[in-house]
Amino acid sequence: MRVAEIAEKLGLKVYSGMNGLNREVTGGYVSDLLSDVMGNADAGEIWITLQTHKNVMAIASLKDLAAIILVSDNTPEQDTAIQSNGEEIPILGTSLATFEISGKLYELLK
Amino acid sequence: MSHDSHTMHFEYNVEGGNFTRAGYASSEIKKILKQLNVDMGIIKRTVVACYEAEVNVVAHAFSGTIYVDVSTESITIRLVDEGPGIPDIDLAMQEGYSTASSKVREMGFGAGMGLPNIKKNADKLEISSEVNKGTTLEITMFFN
Repeated sequence: MRVAEIAEKLGLKVYSGMNGLNREVTGGYVSDLLSDVMGNADAGEIWITLQTHKNVMAIASLKDLAAIILVSDNTPEQDTAIQSNGEEIPILGTSLATFEISGKLYELLK
Repeated sequence: MSHDSHTMHFEYNVEGGNFTRAGYASSEIKKILKQLNVDMGIIKRTVVACYEAEVNVVAHAFSGTIYVDVSTESITIRLVDEGPGIPDIDLAMQEGYSTASSKVREMGFGAGMGLPNIKKNADKLEISSEVNKGTTLEITMFFN
């Protein structure tokens, strides 16, 4: 499934990285610890987090993640969004908390 | 960059405390390894080890330099920093142990997973450190 389809089905906002909406999604990873994501996430996954600073994009790019979903109405910091556009890795957003959005994404991808 | 028939050498400066640039060197190293058609599995492990080591310099040291040497057999990444050093390396290697500041922890760093992540992903890891002077990490990845 592509990022765009997931965004549409889960009613996610698209904050940045529109050019990456065609990326193929292979799974999801949920964590707010950056080393956990660095060590354990896989390429092509969507990362669900509440972290909004620029290092999130560094990790998404280094790990070749498909997209990021910010939970609980968090929005990306400006330099985070700029890097998301540059890397073409979308940052999406939801008003749902981590538990709810993770469940919905899991249902969609399983 | 210098270049002869056997090795390539690259250097990057890392600024202590500057998290907006954290990961820049790792990203450049990843690009180079991709251009050299290094095996994707090796690139992935190198990137994890290199990023964690780079973030450690940003989070703990005043400044540092990353020296990268790529030969036909291996990639060697040496991170040399000027900083507080590590008084007890065995303790620092333990999962969950961290001396990171609360500001760094709020960003999602400092969970005590960095050095263990490096060890898990590197083919060889050597650490030497002198308190109040600095730390040197040498990460080696072998192609075979």
